[in-house]
Amino acid sequence: MDVSIIFKIAGIGILTAVLHSVLKSFGKEDQAHLATLAGVTIVLFMVVQLLASLFDYVRSVFSLY
Amino acid sequence: MEIIRIVALGLLTMVFYVILKERKEEFSIQLGLAFAALVFILMMGKIESILQVFEDLALQANVNMFYLNTIFKIIGIAYIAEFGSQICKDAGSSSIAGKIEFAAKILIMVLAIPIIVAILEIIVKLIP
Repeated sequence: MDVSIIFKIAGIGILTAVLHSVLKSFGKEDQAHLATLAGVTIVLFMVVQLLASLFDYVRSVFSLY
Repeated sequence: MEIIRIVALGLLTMVFYVILKERKEEFSIQLGLAFAALVFILMMGKIESILQVFEDLALQANVNMFYLNTIFKIIGIAYIAEFGSQICKDAGSSSIAGKIEFAAKILIMVLAIPIIVAILEIIVKLIP
């Protein structure tokens, strides 16, 4: 089991929250939103890969085609 | 012990979830999604061995494999639909969760119809 994805997501989330508030305090709202978007995209990429492996596994176990 | 690992991972995920929920809601949802997928992947190996036992029993009892495969497919659809609808409910969009459950019910009904028809045919044969 690859537990590290939980830590990766939590780390990216906390980092993005900090980055968002720092950029916001500098008055760079657009870049703060772009940073959030980038973080969400990176996390989504990892989660989608995990989900794809889960669905493949379920499909092979229950012989769903 | 597998359960200790899962409970520990769940508590850890809950802490991160609560931290992220206040600041960035979208990350907390993805965290829950990843945790659910991990637990499902971990449990799928056990489910596979349980289904193997059922398959062996059915082979010994000379049950038609078509019916057993249909039941396996129904169980799979139910698990996956439950997974998706609970994630949607967690994210606060219970209408999407309702649609997923609706689709799962219809698909299960479609898979179950051959079995229902077979039962009805047997009953009709029994009635003179």
